[in-house]
Amino acid sequence: MTAPQVELLNMTKRFGANLALNNVSLLIRSGTVHALLGENGAGKSTLVKCLVGFYHPENGHIQVNGREHRLNSPKDADALGIGMVYQHFTLVPSMTVAQNLVVSGARLPAYINWQSELKRLTEVTKKLPFHVPLDVRVSQLSAGEKQKAEIVKQLYLGRKLLILDEPTSVLTPAEADEVLGYVRSLTRAGELSAVLISHKFHEVRRYADDVTVLRRGASVRTGAVADLSDDALAEAMIGEPVSKMVQHAPKSPPKPNIVLSIKDLCVNGDNGLPAVKDLSLAVREGEIAGIAGVSGNGQLELVEAMMGQRDRNGTITVSGSSFNGTRKEIARLGVYGLPQEPLKNACIDRMSLAENLALRNFDRAPLCRGIAMNYGALAVQAERLVAQFRVKAPGLTASMNALSGGNVQRAVLARELTQDVRLLIASNPTFGLDFVACEETYRRIVEARNGGAAVLLISEDLDELLGLVDRVLVMSAGRIVHEVLADCADKRVIGKYMAGMKAA
Amino acid sequence: MSSISGIESPPSNPPGTAAQLSVALPVLAVLLASAVFAAFVALYGQNPFTVFGLIVQGGFGSSFAWQDTLSRAAPLILVGLAVAIPAQAGLVIIGGEGALVLGGLAGAVVTLPFAGAHALPMQVIMLVAGALAGGLWFGLASLLRQYRGVNETISSLLLSYIGIAIFHHLTEGLLRDPASLDKPSTHPIDPSYMLPVLPGVGVHAGLAVSLALAIIAHVVLRYTRWGFALRVVGGSARVARMVGLAVNRWVIGATFVAGGMAGVAGAIEVAAVQGTANSSLIVGYGYSGILVAFLARHQPLAIVAVALLIGGMQASASLLQRRLELPDATMLVFQGLIFVCVLVADAIAQQLRENTRR
Repeated sequence: MTAPQVELLNMTKRFGANLALNNVSLLIRSGTVHALLGENGAGKSTLVKCLVGFYHPENGHIQVNGREHRLNSPKDADALGIGMVYQHFTLVPSMTVAQNLVVSGARLPAYINWQSELKRLTEVTKKLPFHVPLDVRVSQLSAGEKQKAEIVKQLYLGRKLLILDEPTSVLTPAEADEVLGYVRSLTRAGELSAVLISHKFHEVRRYADDVTVLRRGASVRTGAVADLSDDALAEAMIGEPVSKMVQHAPKSPPKPNIVLSIKDLCVNGDNGLPAVKDLSLAVREGEIAGIAGVSGNGQLELVEAMMGQRDRNGTITVSGSSFNGTRKEIARLGVYGLPQEPLKNACIDRMSLAENLALRNFDRAPLCRGIAMNYGALAVQAERLVAQFRVKAPGLTASMNALSGGNVQRAVLARELTQDVRLLIASNPTFGLDFVACEETYRRIVEARNGGAAVLLISEDLDELLGLVDRVLVMSAGRIVHEVLADCADKRVIGKYMAGMKAA
Repeated sequence: MSSISGIESPPSNPPGTAAQLSVALPVLAVLLASAVFAAFVALYGQNPFTVFGLIVQGGFGSSFAWQDTLSRAAPLILVGLAVAIPAQAGLVIIGGEGALVLGGLAGAVVTLPFAGAHALPMQVIMLVAGALAGGLWFGLASLLRQYRGVNETISSLLLSYIGIAIFHHLTEGLLRDPASLDKPSTHPIDPSYMLPVLPGVGVHAGLAVSLALAIIAHVVLRYTRWGFALRVVGGSARVARMVGLAVNRWVIGATFVAGGMAGVAGAIEVAAVQGTANSSLIVGYGYSGILVAFLARHQPLAIVAVALLIGGMQASASLLQRRLELPDATMLVFQGLIFVCVLVADAIAQQLRENTRR
């Protein structure tokens, strides 16, 4: 079987009252890469989950090479050679790559002849344009290697239509090029068709042949990539002509006083190994310092150490006082944060919106007198914040689960930025948010900076970072390896430092 | 354990389905368990309706039955709180029995050196000693959890067995009253120190202590910043740390208080019923407390109601034995059935909630 042509016709899928897919049709031509563009919640994931038999659409059908097929389960998709590479890894970390590949087969023999399997695998991987170590445990691979192994697994399983869900979000630019370049070469050779879910225009432009833009569950634009400009795509995605993403406020030169000072910080990761190594940095009043880096280079551990969520060695001082993340210090020194995935990392899902808005000040007047909570005052505060930040919610007593991602973020922005912020720690604050919520987050961060706060922004999205910060620090293998003013920053140089190709 | 069912955000209880569900589920579970229990006694050749009639009569049918029920409810309320309070902080602690017997032991021996003193301070000292012993015992489980990553459910259960073993070791050895021949016991406390009987009710004052503690727990958990902070800690330790709450201290503090509740239950049993610490303390109150708390969905006031129900069931056991010659363990079977049904109902409810979410 060579590269199939797959057509989705009039797909409609509802979740309760929510129309997730509205009559979407999609043609994946044989031997092409078809990109799916769209904001979060536009229906990209729902569409491809129908294609792998995970969801069952209310309406519409799927044709493979002109024949209609019903996909009742992922097994049916497997039989048709349709496979998906997820954003998050699905390999078993404690097994080697070879073991993972062999056990992923649908029919395992009762006795596995490892020697012959290994031989066969080596032959398969020899033909690859990149190296995938077979006898190394997956847990020891880098993110890029894992992603490659995921793709090799799909090929090993004989998949002919490959769905890639934001495959490069954890890769360096060079790794992304290797992985997607390989997929494209396979499609060109007619061995594969592919669907690429992405939000990076340059990726779509470089690796995709066709593109379909989804917005609110509907297909709003489709065609050959060559025929569509970036502006046209962006307009289709958000439904209105694009204004410049980040409006840079006129920068005033940062004041000389240092707000955040980190000296010789060492933090261990979950595996007990050092993740942050002798890291020192300083952030001044009225500046946004950005930490760039590929995920998994110690950024998460750095943020958690600063937020008091992880043990550490070394000193963190804020405005000259040692900072350990107690409630008193937070209030006195004005240290607040915007973590990534705010629903998980900044909210209590089983408490109400009003209560979540009070997490920072529930133990102070007017919300609390002595030890007695004043729930009336708590509701009043929530009402005010919800109005001020335009949080859309079913009600103040709704649990956080009931809010959309953008509104969860607005609630967190409302809670964190209405305090007396003097240091703001933002960690991938727009990860997984839609366009509008991203823009609002950017605006609020810049406002905080203009209000005199020191901002430390950690982001894996280099474009986002360069658009926002005054100074860039590059983190690699737990250290700051490069520092440059944003105005003088060169993306290629930063990329090389991110990939660890240049030492400090 | 991903979540503990039944912890709502109190004053802002979600309207409609969620609140109704939290009442309907335990009721459904009890009904289902009753149906299975009916089939069980039918297998014994008994008419289920007779059996249920006798349960009501034996638990709630006369002032004597009520007295028995209420004096059983007193420790059940406290051991129920011992499960419910850590649940607010996200812990499932099921070792109430160990804390109860050690609390009883502490209460039994602490006043022995002081014969002939005023009764009231001695009674207070007994309860406080019980609370400290129980609190320390529970505290061990949460220390192990916070600093060594040991699962608190398992460690508290195993610590409970160790506690019971220590209790036997001391009551049969170092602390044994040589006069207690067939039933090794500690020296009896001064009879004047025994908790008085509540006038008009005919039940010992331990019931009043239990009720007072349940009401205090209700008020603290619902209306104070301590309750709020505890729910934040229980909701997500990550977020609690982010907003500067000292998670370890809150978790350990909550388990200490909870163990204290179980310890007071033991001390009350000694100071109001037994007059000495012996194996009569080990009758499974600690384990029944798990059922009480889960059925009450960890709400202190609901715990009082459920403790009455379970206390009544236990009180009726002897009537069933006398009238129908059903074995003593029949009631244990019923309790076990209810517990299984509650857990199943919770699991189903969780599933439903997740389905409606996505």
